[in-house]
Amino acid sequence: MKDQLYKYLLLLGDNSMILGHRLSELCGHGPNLETDIALTNISLDLFGQVRSYFKYAATLKEGETEDSIAFLRFERDYYNTILVEQPNKDFAHVIVRQFLFDAYHKPLLEQLMNSKDETISAIAHKSIKESKYHLRFSSEWVKRLGDGTEISHQKTQNAFNTLMPYIEELFIETPLELAMKNEGIGADLNLVKASFDKTMSDVLPSANIETSDIKLRKTNGKSGFHSEYLGFILTELQYMQRAYPDMSW
Amino acid sequence: MTNKKEWPVWEVFIRSKNGLEHRHVGSLHATDAEMAIENARDVYTRRMEGVSIWVVQSKDIVASNPEKMGELFEPAADKVYRHPTFYNLPVELKHI
Amino acid sequence: MTQEIKLEEIFQSRIDNGEKIEPKDWMPEKYRKTHIRQISQHAHSEIVGMLPEGNWITRAPSLKRKCCLLAKVQDEAGHGLYLYSAAETLGITRDEMTEQLLSGKAKYSSIFNYPTLSWADIGAIGWLVDGAAIINQVMLTRTSFGPYARAMVRICKEESFHQRQGYEIMLGLAQGTQAQKDMAQDALNRFWWPSLMMFGPRDEDSPNTAQSMKWKIKRKTNDELRQQFIDITAPQADYLGLTIPDPALKWNEERGHYDYGEIDWEEFWQVVKGNGPCNKERIDARQKAWDDGEWVRDAAMAYANKKAANRNESKTGS
Repeated sequence: MKDQLYKYLLLLGDNSMILGHRLSELCGHGPNLETDIALTNISLDLFGQVRSYFKYAATLKEGETEDSIAFLRFERDYYNTILVEQPNKDFAHVIVRQFLFDAYHKPLLEQLMNSKDETISAIAHKSIKESKYHLRFSSEWVKRLGDGTEISHQKTQNAFNTLMPYIEELFIETPLELAMKNEGIGADLNLVKASFDKTMSDVLPSANIETSDIKLRKTNGKSGFHSEYLGFILTELQYMQRAYPDMSW
Repeated sequence: MTNKKEWPVWEVFIRSKNGLEHRHVGSLHATDAEMAIENARDVYTRRMEGVSIWVVQSKDIVASNPEKMGELFEPAADKVYRHPTFYNLPVELKHI
Repeated sequence: MTQEIKLEEIFQSRIDNGEKIEPKDWMPEKYRKTHIRQISQHAHSEIVGMLPEGNWITRAPSLKRKCCLLAKVQDEAGHGLYLYSAAETLGITRDEMTEQLLSGKAKYSSIFNYPTLSWADIGAIGWLVDGAAIINQVMLTRTSFGPYARAMVRICKEESFHQRQGYEIMLGLAQGTQAQKDMAQDALNRFWWPSLMMFGPRDEDSPNTAQSMKWKIKRKTNDELRQQFIDITAPQADYLGLTIPDPALKWNEERGHYDYGEIDWEEFWQVVKGNGPCNKERIDARQKAWDDGEWVRDAAMAYANKKAANRNESKTGS
């Protein structure tokens, strides 16, 4: 049970960490200052969540710290979804990736607020405010880009075509998630899916985005099977901890 | 030379806590009012500086002309009777 | 002509009396131009300054350090924004200033043309580069142009954590393993002299200083500020157990200041002229962000215009 809770915290934290990492790559490279600052705020929110999850996880396993959990696992032991690993191909990809994640993340946190685990519930109560803001921000931008100019529309549709296939695994319950749900600790992904679908039908028409033809893909990042991108993310993320082991910073 | 494509400039006013007035804190660029509020939140309240935000497009602000400062504001200078210190009352008097 | 001279006299006496100048006030054309140049340079420095530090965000060694660095680099975007806003009150747009940066017409602080080669460089930048910047900026909170002074007040308030975060990184390294100490010393070796150059050329080679002092854009000369920085920083290096790479650096009891060695001005001018180690990379990165962002900025504007037009239509329709 303790083991499963530990892994579940990693799953929650890893999504925030890898997405936070992708956003942090953009700091200083945004389309203008206001947008640069906004995206970095989201990244900071996500890293704040990561630290809460990992600090809690560290109390469950002898010898671990938030940093050992963040930096010293092998690739297969990260449980984030494939969606958040996807690169910052252009601003449309950044926004669409964010939007798809937020549309999943917000209802997930809404359920975790009622988790029987008090710490998870507390983290969710704090994070939900951030997530609501993120979803509003990314929804507005999806509309702006989708219904802005011809170029922006095309790029946004392309980004959906590329990224939408990865949403499938968000809602497929792994044995770990099933166990956590049954314990009253984890979220019910069917309910998350219902909310996700509603967000899509609220936002996509006003953005002129068509997704009905997009084929979903079978991926399973949540069980540690990742895209080729994650290895490179970890190469950067872990560089200092690997090159200078056992030092404090 | 001005680029028509540039996002308009907005002035930002923030109430730091209830009970205080909104104060001008600076400006930023945004395409519309909603975005101006969001940008103001991200740019000007990163350190819990506010509980309420006003934004207004800079071009919509009407300002007095500094060259008319004399005629606008100096006439008030000799109206000393508007200030409480103008009135001489005995010092032993309290609460007035 | 005589009218102009009289206005200038009144203007100067306002500054001498410690009055602030506001954007719509009459001001000599040269005052306006000097301010546009200086404030935009200052803004560009904040924005270009994001790049060397941003270089280490994805490789920061701990979650805590990562968050601190992200927040710091983000603050620099904010500071650039405040400063561009101050310059915009003088009748130039942010886009115009950006174009001047990209074309090389506008300069930025030469320090950001040095590469960040190790994590310790992030500590050294916070400690030395922000330390040097703060000395300049505190002086500028009392400058004569209102919007610039107000931006500086806000920036100084936010900046106080930057230098502390840098020094804390250095402290961690100085108390760490030999590898960490070496990393810290190496960063100090590379950033010490460029930090001293941040205060600009020697007073005798700085022809604009007199006018700037008269307008209170500057309140101390380059050499005075440099000396102030060295006097503050030398004991901080001692505390870390690091050696400042200047054999001539020595406390002078008589002067009440540290003596220091000759700065390599040839290097300074080379970097200013664009021949520093990273000048091209920095501008290329800004150019790329600007170009990649163009369709985004255009789309957002087009969307807002469309929405506004729809609103007007439905108003007239009803």
